[in-house]
Amino acid sequence: MISAEIHNDTSALAEFEPASLDHDVLEVAMGPHHPSTHGVFRMDLVLDGETVVKLKPVFGYLHRNHEKIAEQNGYLAAIPYTDRLDYICSMTNNWAYVLTVEKLAGITVPERAEYIRVIVGELTRLFNHVCLAGFLLQDMGALGTPLMYAFREREKILDLFEALSGSRMMCNYLRFGGCRCDFPEGWIARAGEVVSNFSAFLDEFEALLTDNEILQARAQGVGVLPAALAINAGVTGPSLRASGVDYDLRKVDKYGIYARFEFRVPLGKNGDVFDRYMVRILEARESLKILEAALAAIPEGPILDPKTKLRGLRPKAGEAYGRIEAPKGELGFYLISDGGPKPYRFRVRPPSLINLTILEDLCLGHTVADVVVILGSIDIVLGEVDR
Amino acid sequence: MQTLEQIKARLEAGVPGAQIQIVPNAGPANQPSLLIDAGHALPAARLLRDDAEYRFDYASNVTGVDWPAKVTKEKIKIKRVVAGLEKEVEETVEKNSPAYLEAVYHLYSMARKEGPLVLRLRTENRADKVTLPSLTPIWRSCEFQEREVFDLFGIVFEGHPDLRRILMWDGFVDHPMRKDYVAPTQEVAA
Amino acid sequence: MGMIHESRAMPEIDQRQQLSRQGVILTTVEDLYNWGRKNSIWPLQFGLACCAIEMIAASMARFDIARFGAEVFRPSPRQADLMIVAGTVTKKMAPQVVRLYNQMPEPKYVIAMGACAISGGPFRQGYNVVNGIDRYLPVDVHIAGCPPRPEALLEGLMALQQKIAAQRLTGAGRPRHLDGAQSGEFPAPRLEEHDLAPIANPQIWRPTAVKE
Repeated sequence: MISAEIHNDTSALAEFEPASLDHDVLEVAMGPHHPSTHGVFRMDLVLDGETVVKLKPVFGYLHRNHEKIAEQNGYLAAIPYTDRLDYICSMTNNWAYVLTVEKLAGITVPERAEYIRVIVGELTRLFNHVCLAGFLLQDMGALGTPLMYAFREREKILDLFEALSGSRMMCNYLRFGGCRCDFPEGWIARAGEVVSNFSAFLDEFEALLTDNEILQARAQGVGVLPAALAINAGVTGPSLRASGVDYDLRKVDKYGIYARFEFRVPLGKNGDVFDRYMVRILEARESLKILEAALAAIPEGPILDPKTKLRGLRPKAGEAYGRIEAPKGELGFYLISDGGPKPYRFRVRPPSLINLTILEDLCLGHTVADVVVILGSIDIVLGEVDR
Repeated sequence: MQTLEQIKARLEAGVPGAQIQIVPNAGPANQPSLLIDAGHALPAARLLRDDAEYRFDYASNVTGVDWPAKVTKEKIKIKRVVAGLEKEVEETVEKNSPAYLEAVYHLYSMARKEGPLVLRLRTENRADKVTLPSLTPIWRSCEFQEREVFDLFGIVFEGHPDLRRILMWDGFVDHPMRKDYVAPTQEVAA
Repeated sequence: MGMIHESRAMPEIDQRQQLSRQGVILTTVEDLYNWGRKNSIWPLQFGLACCAIEMIAASMARFDIARFGAEVFRPSPRQADLMIVAGTVTKKMAPQVVRLYNQMPEPKYVIAMGACAISGGPFRQGYNVVNGIDRYLPVDVHIAGCPPRPEALLEGLMALQQKIAAQRLTGAGRPRHLDGAQSGEFPAPRLEEHDLAPIANPQIWRPTAVKE
């Protein structure tokens, strides 16, 4: 399928010189409308038969100008926009941003609010990782069934978020210096039920998937990411740890109160698609440990320091870079304040975009079908890639 | 992690001719940065990555910032002789800040679990002298981020393997994140 | 239920006209025809942004769009009846959205799901955001929300079903696939140096003046 007409970008073929005229190279635009590209993402593939010879990702189809809008609207107004970055994980996006503002302005967070942040952050990590497994299996051809199971569990957690913040997905829940509102009555008990049933669900999920010979055949040895390349290319999150690099910001930066919780960091050995899948399932199990501990230990107290200025916040002139271990990787915000009510510079460090740096390296030599699986295993969300 | 003064001294020793300044950060975040001149940024970056004491192997974030020309008035206390006595008086001083574009790099060391080290590179102006050396040959994580800074701010990174627009379409000519960019209206006459 | 339509285009009108004097047969044919169409709307698998996740949730077990006959999301526009524009339409994506719509065969419908597809939503002030897909395509149902709950999407789908059920097959208001004169293709905007051109299709987008 020659797609020259759809291109409005530089053609990838312009730089490619076929070695001999016997070769049939095909230039295919995969996306931006494609069932397996996880959103409006385009890859310009150059194929020799079924084998990928070149791959250039094309971005910008969901560039919604978060940075400019935040610079125009102000610190507090930017919080609902952060929900819409990685639109599956709104709580952790909020957290990265409010953490950075707290660094910038020197705001402290009461203890109960820190526990709440850990609880909603780890619940987000849970459903992100199982939904990734569901989407990955869908990309492999298991059209819908694992995804249905994953979404069933996600709905239980979304019910908790809706009871807490009023919205399933775009929670807009965290604030500088704490949280917007406290748990409604009975929330902790309900959350405890969800967490205690999740382990059985993960067992059921894994029983269907982990030993599945199709998953193993399609995922083992596919898309191997060497550790040195991963570090140099700035890959973070489960994709980095699947390559054996022990770098989890919850352990390195110890932000919030993560230092109080006992949990391990699963590492992969081969850095292939199967390791990236397995690391996420194991991380979900570790998140359950954190959740049980946090739900048991959460103290009473305020959830927001009443002296914190939310609307009229004018941080002292200066800058701050803050980052958290979001489910997709290192989500960072870089804010420059000029003393006014709006950030002078609002920058989102998007893990999904930077994790895609190595997409071409992983896919060269593989078939088109593997490209879909490799892209699925990196775990991207276009709201974050394009911002 | 060493202090910025120590890192500055080491860089000045290891990269002869490099002009490095410490840019203070007044706010509570306590993240001051190093300003490096464009001509010596590449060898300085290589030293930071490869030196055993630093091993900054991970460039986390590359940001573009637009600083248009600005006049700021600052009140300073200065000692002056007033009626024969030396006193501290307050005076208003006008400062003309020049116009430039800036690229800010946040570096971490995964090997030593240290960081952030903040580097700054500045262009000469916002109009025609907008080139900076690309640090993509040192840290591949800069590849897409420098393309984004080029796309949205207009800094041209020399030595970048594939410098073209990344978020806006190829035929687009403006640099939308600049402070003086005005988006075209979407109003249609009724 | 006794409306009689003059239809000069169809060869079998004689018998129909005779029977339709009873006021029953023609409307039953319409009802049957529309009943089949509205209960098997196949959407195009076309999520742009956050609303796509709620669209996926609507197709999952809890909300179950399959009850409405619409669980068969088609990857190819050639096989789809309904384009659910779920998410922000950016200027870079707008030409592709219109091209995909043009590739859909008649009868085809558009649901603008979410505030962004209706008017640009929270991103309205963005320099790369199109303030609503109804600047380029005729939208049949608008579903408000950011994102709309899956139940809201199902309500919008039901509204579309009612719209289809109420479509008369003959006469002036008949759908495009029964009317050779109307074209179902719309011009795609072009990406130019500073902006998308045109910023709205004047045949479709007629903003009403706000009275002061």
